[in-house]
Amino acid sequence: MSESMLRTRLRNGLEVRLKEIHTAPLISTWVWYRVGARNEQPGTTGVSHWVEHMQFKGTPTYPAGTLDRAISRDGGFWNAFTWVDWTAYFETMPADRADLGLQIEADRMANSLFESKEVESERTVIISERQGAENDPSFRLSEELHAVAFRIHPYHHTVLGDMTDLESITRDDLYNHYRTYYVPSNAVLAVAGNFKTGPMLERIRELFGAIPKVPRPVHTPRPEPVQPGERWVEVEGPGETAYLELAYRAPRAGDEDLITMAVLDSALSGATNLGFFGGDISNKTSRLYRRLVEGELAASVSGNLTASIDPYLYSISVTVRPDSTAEAALEACDEEIAKLLNDKVREQEVAKAIKQARALFAFGTESITNQAFWLGYSEMFAGQEWFETYLDRLAQVTPESILEVARKRLVPSNRTVGVYRPNGRI
Amino acid sequence: MAESKQLDLHSLPGPETIRREVLPNGIVFLGRENFSSPSVVLSGYLWVGALQEKPNQAGLAAMTAASLMRGTQERTFEQIYESIESIGARLSFSAGKHSTSFSGKALAEDLGTLLDLLLEVLRQPAFPKRQVDRLRAEMLTSLAIRDQETGARADLAFNGLIYPGHPYSVPTDGYKETVTNLTVADLRAFHRAHYRPGGMVISVVGGVKGEEAADAVAKRFANWKANGRAVQLELPGIEKLKGLHRDHISLEGKSQTDVVMGVPGPPRSDPDYLAAALANNILGRFGMYGRIGDVVREEAGLAYYAYSSLVGGHGPGPWQIVAGVNPKNLDRAIELIRKEMRKMSTRSPSQTELEDNQANFIGRLPLQLESNEGVAGAIVNAERHALGLDYYQRYPGLVRSFSAKDILRVARRFLDPDNMAIASAGSNGRPQ
Repeated sequence: MSESMLRTRLRNGLEVRLKEIHTAPLISTWVWYRVGARNEQPGTTGVSHWVEHMQFKGTPTYPAGTLDRAISRDGGFWNAFTWVDWTAYFETMPADRADLGLQIEADRMANSLFESKEVESERTVIISERQGAENDPSFRLSEELHAVAFRIHPYHHTVLGDMTDLESITRDDLYNHYRTYYVPSNAVLAVAGNFKTGPMLERIRELFGAIPKVPRPVHTPRPEPVQPGERWVEVEGPGETAYLELAYRAPRAGDEDLITMAVLDSALSGATNLGFFGGDISNKTSRLYRRLVEGELAASVSGNLTASIDPYLYSISVTVRPDSTAEAALEACDEEIAKLLNDKVREQEVAKAIKQARALFAFGTESITNQAFWLGYSEMFAGQEWFETYLDRLAQVTPESILEVARKRLVPSNRTVGVYRPNGRI
Repeated sequence: MAESKQLDLHSLPGPETIRREVLPNGIVFLGRENFSSPSVVLSGYLWVGALQEKPNQAGLAAMTAASLMRGTQERTFEQIYESIESIGARLSFSAGKHSTSFSGKALAEDLGTLLDLLLEVLRQPAFPKRQVDRLRAEMLTSLAIRDQETGARADLAFNGLIYPGHPYSVPTDGYKETVTNLTVADLRAFHRAHYRPGGMVISVVGGVKGEEAADAVAKRFANWKANGRAVQLELPGIEKLKGLHRDHISLEGKSQTDVVMGVPGPPRSDPDYLAAALANNILGRFGMYGRIGDVVREEAGLAYYAYSSLVGGHGPGPWQIVAGVNPKNLDRAIELIRKEMRKMSTRSPSQTELEDNQANFIGRLPLQLESNEGVAGAIVNAERHALGLDYYQRYPGLVRSFSAKDILRVARRFLDPDNMAIASAGSNGRPQ
């Protein structure tokens, strides 16, 4: 398997990452913009996600509806994602058709229409997406929990936005957001697959190079102050099942503590993948599974740690068994966390976490789509080196460093506890 | 710029690259090498499923499958999971109506560990009472969650309407009442009676030589013998629906209502299956959810998702359209969808539309078959439905062979907006 990598920047500021992979006749093209819920203000929450939807609603070259058909006709697959720190678009195409993906991305970086009629039609779709999420008790709990965990930082609202804002956001709000953040200097283009780097770069310069250079937008959210004590939130709703979520303030991706937290999380709640694409493994030998599920308090437990620009949350989610209570599950969690604060984890647990991470890393970077994903994703919160050195840094984690990080991070004053209480209505 | 000019049929899985061997006990081995990958995927199935349950045992096949990894004659639950989680591998089982499938993945060097475990849990499960009790409680929690899910409830109600009195109307994960009463003795008896090597399929795809993988499977599985053969049960017939069958499940406190509409579709063995799959693509998949997506999502803005699906398994699996809508838009969405079904079953698609969809079916093959999971799924599917090792190489020709008239004929045969089932679940809806 021959692979070659190129990192460069066009004159207009667009970062370009190219990786030749000749294992399948495919090319995956990703464009990443540094914009998400983190860049939003009260009154227009959800605007980044809505802009993502509008990017499928046409340009003068590709009117609404033609893009989907063009991609499908060529046997391609495309999608987009909005998260708190970024918005990403991709097309994975048969190699001989990949130029279409590049054309579309170059075109909609600058020329999307945002027609009023399309904005109004999409408003109800966006609201429908939010209403679908509201049907899920764990979304409702997580939304309230974030709102309590972050008092002033924009991580306090979800990517979907608040309903009141979705009802009032205007076409101009959307278009201004697009024009501010969708500029070459705020984006990374990552392409991986069956191509020759030279001609590919030439084509990228041709398509993207003409987009005018403007300064990269500056946005610095107000930092969240130190949490003065444990916070608590309860949500009531239909059903018979209670949920518990514990969310600790986590280190940002650029902080070396994040890597240590990843190993800690593997031991506590199962192997983590930090937002990897592709693959997971069960967590039945983790400490919390053994205590909560084997201990017959919960039906399931999972941990979530994510690489983010600003300090985000490390959360532990528990689905409580009907014959138990959220309080009993919380007490058991606290006892397990206390063990992490009092005693070093065993060398064997660290070694297992590292082997698991190696396997997940291998699984998560197998496909061409995932390779292109990683080229851009790591640039959103750190840089390519972060990705390339991830496994080496993980291998340096020790029981001592885990103890130190646990004592710094996993203390009650650094967390928010959320409980979903079913009211028994079916 | 790009190197590939057109689809190279011989790059697709075929007799030259798929290794197929049948062990004396009837187990079929399928293997395909992929040395660009550091991993290996293990997947397949046995002919045991929910069709073998008695009426008061709904959920037994699923519970038996989920119990296999909970302890064997040799190892405890903890030892089993330590053996795979410590190497970053996974293995799981799930029961369907006709068969029980397994799926595993590991670094290529660990294939032997996965195969050892697969054999052990299939042949010597212990069904420890403590573990079974715990699993039952977890399943009951999942059923309580299912009770609150609008999509799942609409789907259950829909299956009740299109498969009255038929085993397809019974959910594979059972009901609270049946799962509560399933015992260790039930699981043991079910395993003893129905888990058989005959007809089992084991596929290995990834960074392992085909010959080595075949030997590794044969060495472990050739000695598995059991009395009697696995049997595929005959399904009872299904009456064609007459008139509109409507059901609504009221769930308070839900923002969105889910609706499922449709009919029993063709089984995979039906000569019209592939044409029906093309028709389904036109109706509710191509681009952003096909014609239904254009009308319900793009034009009317009624739903975040609205699409169609065709199951096409061993029996007449559903051909259905699903959508999630605001309760006040439910009736309008239903009418728009019925209108598209009527159009589909009364007018031929244009030649351009047909060719676009054919190009989509063929052009997406390299993407579908890129990963080890994709290849394993494809070759197991070909074996399951006796499509032949050369199926994916013949596939482009098969897809191109259909005319617009074929699509209309097949749509007319199955889709009838006046004789179909409509089930919804959510707040404020009203049965018609």
